[in-house]
Amino acid sequence: MNTNPDLTYIKDILEDYIHKNGALIPILQKVQDHYTYIPETAVDLIADTLNIPPSEIYGVITFYAQFYTQPQGKHTVRLCRGTACHVKGSKSILETVERKLGIREGETTKDGLYTLRIVACLGACAVAPVMMINDDYYGELTAEKADKIFTRMSLLETDSVPEELNKKKIEN
Amino acid sequence: MKLQSINDLEALRQKICNTYDPQRKRIRICMTGCLAHGANKVRDALANELRNQNLSQEVELVETGCFGFCAKAPVVAIDPEDIFYQQVQPEDASEIISETIIKGNIVDRLVYLDKTTKERLPYTRDIPFYKKQVKHVLARCGRIDPKRIDHYLLHDGYKALASAITSLPAEEVIDMVKKSGLRGRGGGGFLTGLKWEFCRRATGSPKYIICNADEGDPGAFMDRGLLEGDPHSVLEGMLMGAYAIGAEYGYIYARAEYPLAIKHLKVALADMESLGLLGDHILGTDFSFHLQIKEGAGAFVCGEETALMASIEGKRGMPRPRPPFPANKGLWGKPTNINNVETFGNIPLIILHGSEEYARLGTEKSKGTKIFALAGRINNTGLVEIPMGTLLRDIIFDIGGGVPKGRKFKAVQLGGPSGGCIPEDRLDVPIDYDSLISLGAIMGSGGMVVMDNANCMIDVARFFLEFIQSESCGKCVPCRIGTKRMLEIVTRITEGEGKESDLVLLKELADGIKATALCGLGQTAPNPVLSTINYFLNEYQAHILEKKCPAHVCSSLIKFEIAQDLCRKCGICKKVCPAGAVNWEPKTVAVINRDICIQCRTCIENCPAQAII
Repeated sequence: MNTNPDLTYIKDILEDYIHKNGALIPILQKVQDHYTYIPETAVDLIADTLNIPPSEIYGVITFYAQFYTQPQGKHTVRLCRGTACHVKGSKSILETVERKLGIREGETTKDGLYTLRIVACLGACAVAPVMMINDDYYGELTAEKADKIFTRMSLLETDSVPEELNKKKIEN
Repeated sequence: MKLQSINDLEALRQKICNTYDPQRKRIRICMTGCLAHGANKVRDALANELRNQNLSQEVELVETGCFGFCAKAPVVAIDPEDIFYQQVQPEDASEIISETIIKGNIVDRLVYLDKTTKERLPYTRDIPFYKKQVKHVLARCGRIDPKRIDHYLLHDGYKALASAITSLPAEEVIDMVKKSGLRGRGGGGFLTGLKWEFCRRATGSPKYIICNADEGDPGAFMDRGLLEGDPHSVLEGMLMGAYAIGAEYGYIYARAEYPLAIKHLKVALADMESLGLLGDHILGTDFSFHLQIKEGAGAFVCGEETALMASIEGKRGMPRPRPPFPANKGLWGKPTNINNVETFGNIPLIILHGSEEYARLGTEKSKGTKIFALAGRINNTGLVEIPMGTLLRDIIFDIGGGVPKGRKFKAVQLGGPSGGCIPEDRLDVPIDYDSLISLGAIMGSGGMVVMDNANCMIDVARFFLEFIQSESCGKCVPCRIGTKRMLEIVTRITEGEGKESDLVLLKELADGIKATALCGLGQTAPNPVLSTINYFLNEYQAHILEKKCPAHVCSSLIKFEIAQDLCRKCGICKKVCPAGAVNWEPKTVAVINRDICIQCRTCIENCPAQAII
């Protein structure tokens, strides 16, 4: 893990926000989009620039589910645990995915490929149970289907199978 | 081009109308909810096919928002006939173009099949799912391209705003909204006009107006549907609210989990700015309004208005006691009005058609229509809009098509973590704010999650308590610790360790939390437990006294054995088991190897005979 990332990006965006009200959350969102997480050194820089105590910034970071203090995997898996997904068996889907990836919710695989997150509701209830891998939705999941999706995703990462072919397989 | 007056706006509308040919062939495709089913590939295939047949100019391909019938995704409609094609695949594109577009023939296999009459119903208007609906707020959703302001203008867009800001005093707008009887669609059901009046009368400047698009209730996607499918209608309503209360600045607080809704909102705001429908001196009047999108960062409690404002201010989204109410002391201590997405979506209808016409639909105390999100174990999942007063039973069985897989309806959950589960014998109730409260549920924002006999109600109660525990902001003790104790008790019951006295204890805790929690979310958090105890006491008793889960959901109470007398020897359990724990040979009873079994319940979910006990 790179503990000293280049902070030039943050210095640039802070310029835009320095005189704006309620800027902290948008700043943190931009920082996270750029680095995949919020580096410790970034917090100090933001605190100094905005004149807010670092403790207050950590308070905000840890309050919201979408701020992370650790680097994220290459692919983010967002598994929905909303009501509709729950009554259609999302718990066993979660267990399948956890077993398959060998990580628990909130963790990142050792190879840095996947971060698994639970989302309270993706709002795609009509196709429950559902998960997103990056920006793609995978609906009407079964344990079997979820298992296959990751088997093929992993193949895609390790083998030189053409992407199109693999995507097709995943959908089937 | 900035519009300087109402005449400019009408001239632009006329220009758009003149170039619009209602008889032109159009293919509409849902590019929002249906994306989860590969609608983008279908769109590409249709566009390719149009190009191949040299029809790209002649036939318009319209990317719309949600049609509502999500169960049949991806959906495509052909105009002007309004032919409805369901579960369309990219391979179907060439036939749709060559048969329907060119020759005018219906492609039978893509048409809705009515299971009771065995009739194929090619037109949207004939499909039972749509027949009992009244689409007012969702009228344009699924019909127009939400990314195009000209589509909105073509369908009377910004007409209500223009007439309000040029010819109606703010007080009159408030009066119309009051007379319409519109109540807040976010859940509470407070009279919108009255809320506006409070803020109008409050002293302080500037004033703020906020659109609460932090649709956090699990199982609800109405606001997502409306924002993705017709963002301008919400924005128009919001502008009228701003005009009515005298707000110059506004925020849309949108869930970060809804990237497409945010994208469509951004497009809409940019278009409004370029036409001068946002900014200073809108349509040449004294009304100026500046609007920003604020993306949430993932906290359910931010749906509560004081928490939402704290979040906009860049703080932890924790509620604070009221009073002072936001109308007097809101965002940055200034008078602020907050309404939900759907509430704003109703406003243009009231101003355009008048309060009386609006109030024609609905019950005595709940007017207009309501959008619901149908999900869970129901055939026709999707987005529906019905007049207030429609029977719950009609929504679930006529519109929703009942429960799939031949199972039996057990309950419908309304209002998310603040709501309750309603059993079958209470379904003949006309839906409105008050009737649902009397049933121990709430209107909530409109999520309806249907459960069947394979769902355990104690498991559902535990699910909501887990949700509240993970989302509680932790500020007040009743919510932070009280719901934790409730969760421990309910968990104990699902694990077969429950005692009879637990039910008394649960009720006592629930009463305490209801009376003392700081915000609405905490105060309503015990509802899912109370309503399940109320209507499904026998299930609690089965767990506590007999140590059995009648629905075979609670793993600790399942033996994971196959009942010899029930097993149909079909082998489905072997096929679906992800752990390879089932031994089965054709024509024999399957056997589960308990050493390998991971208790994931996949076999139970799939067993047609419910033979796994």
